[in-house]
Amino acid sequence: MVQILGIPVQVLFGQLLLGLINGSFYALLSLGLAVIFGMLNVINFAHGALYMMGAFVAWLLLTHLGIGYWWALLIVPLVVGAFGIVIERLMISRLYHLDHLYGLLLTFGLALVIQGLFRNEFGVSGLPYTIPASLQGGRNLGFMFLPNYRAWVIVASVLVCAATWFAIEKTRLGAYLRAATENPALVGAFGINVPRMITLTYGFGVALAALAGVLAAPIYSVNPNMGSDLIIVVFAVVVIGGMGSILGAIVTGFGLGIVEGLTKAIYPEASSVVIFVIMAIVLLVKPAGLFGRTA
Amino acid sequence: MSSDPVRRPASSQDKAQPAMTHSTVSPVLANPQRHHTAIFLLLLALLAVAPFAIYPVFLMNVLCFALFAAALNLLLGYGGLLSFGHAAFFGSASYISAHAAKVWGLTPELAILLGTAAAAFLGLIIGALAIRRQGIYFAMVTLAFAQMVYFIALQAPFTGGEDGIQAVPRGHLLGFIDLSSDLTLYFTVLAITFAGLLLIHRIIHSPFGQVLKAIRDNEARAISVGYRVTRYKLAVFVMSASLAGLAGATKAIVFQLASLTDVHWTMSGEVVLMTLLGGMGTVFGPLAGAAVIVAMQNYFASFGAWVTVLQGLIFTVSVLVFREGIVGVLARWLKKPL
Repeated sequence: MVQILGIPVQVLFGQLLLGLINGSFYALLSLGLAVIFGMLNVINFAHGALYMMGAFVAWLLLTHLGIGYWWALLIVPLVVGAFGIVIERLMISRLYHLDHLYGLLLTFGLALVIQGLFRNEFGVSGLPYTIPASLQGGRNLGFMFLPNYRAWVIVASVLVCAATWFAIEKTRLGAYLRAATENPALVGAFGINVPRMITLTYGFGVALAALAGVLAAPIYSVNPNMGSDLIIVVFAVVVIGGMGSILGAIVTGFGLGIVEGLTKAIYPEASSVVIFVIMAIVLLVKPAGLFGRTA
Repeated sequence: MSSDPVRRPASSQDKAQPAMTHSTVSPVLANPQRHHTAIFLLLLALLAVAPFAIYPVFLMNVLCFALFAAALNLLLGYGGLLSFGHAAFFGSASYISAHAAKVWGLTPELAILLGTAAAAFLGLIIGALAIRRQGIYFAMVTLAFAQMVYFIALQAPFTGGEDGIQAVPRGHLLGFIDLSSDLTLYFTVLAITFAGLLLIHRIIHSPFGQVLKAIRDNEARAISVGYRVTRYKLAVFVMSASLAGLAGATKAIVFQLASLTDVHWTMSGEVVLMTLLGGMGTVFGPLAGAAVIVAMQNYFASFGAWVTVLQGLIFTVSVLVFREGIVGVLARWLKKPL
């Protein structure tokens, strides 16, 4: 058997693939967090719960309405995004004049409520979501076996991240958004409805989380707790990357997923803490984060 | 909804945001500590007779969490630093003291001291790293490190993984006072909690505490006046972590158990909730918050995940309309800092 660094090549690439999958979710979630933070100055603690909600809505659509995976990819972000908009209008918008930490506390409370409700309704054992027929199976790449669905998740995540980056950095709407992030008062003076932009931005960030939830549903079992531990790792990812740049969030997300996967292959005991160790190192060396702008 | 075109102030760093706390009453009263002394004495008297009317184990639970919340409040309410990872100190101290009492056979007071020392050490490491970032990032960094401590507790050989450390002996205080009686143990816990609360009260009203409040209210100004802000922040972080550890270590002896619940992020959230509900930046708020939340958990224990929903709702409502907290509102009515 071929070995690299004393590890069988299949194991290494297998873990690398797992790392890339995790990285896809880190990237999608930290991207949403970064976009929301840029406009609202709120760290959305409910992000993990909304990701979980995305997976559940997809499951409900399939089980109760017979609506399949591909439609779910479209419908779920819209439904959960609309839910996010309601939350922003009813609650988060009341806190913008206060210390930003209140936004964190509020969304933490919301996360508890959402998670608790789903746990009451569905228990904690997890529900299965079958991979859509067109993505079942896999292919043998010679050095490893690549399941089609996992390849699709990575491709989809890269595409969504790239599209988001393009929309924010290269389009007119994105320019308004970036301007409003820098100076909302001035942008408002130019006649742009900044509060509506803030609301839509939150809805968009939430929709990204929900989309990640749909992508995750066939891989992980659909479970009320699936978002809670993930979101803390994503927070670490965000601290490492710094929330200053969209590209930074994407690159850090994928990069840390790969690092985690490699650690799992080389020294499995450390794989659950490696991201936090990297966070400690980054805090020592470059406290603002790898892509952060302000110290 | 709002006709105001811009709903939040510009994000420029120099623009001061309203602080997290509500010092509704000016602290320039002649002697703010006189009525505090009266309240402390009253509380002590009430708590001394309470175990004859209320189940002592429940009361001990309240006392441990009151100390835990007061420790967080020292950091959050007076230092302006929101730690979302205080379960790391609470939980690791409870593991260390449980291990010390059960495996090494130390007396309870030594086990508790050892747990507290471990929490202080952990607080020094995490604090030194976390204070390199401010505001929201500080909260996220503490949360992330606490999660790391959780994973270590899950995997380390001595913590017992999912089972935790069970059947920890209560032992003999100082080697000769048998703590197996709930009542004896209760008064020991009462003494520990009160010592902790009085220490926190002393810290808050010392010159150190004044500097702390200055940093909370305007960090840039405190720096320009010449204070080494990072040292103050680190010092208060370590103090807060140690006191949280004291609470966790005591709880391990009381319940004869150290488990993953104590290090989980939900515990960090709970203690923030207690502080918020009771009143951030008030001396007696954390006690009130702890009493309410522990009582709620006790009475609703049979409803399973509804407790989580209820806690989330209390959290949400507190943040939206009740930011002063129970004691904060009382203080405003009585026009006295509590």
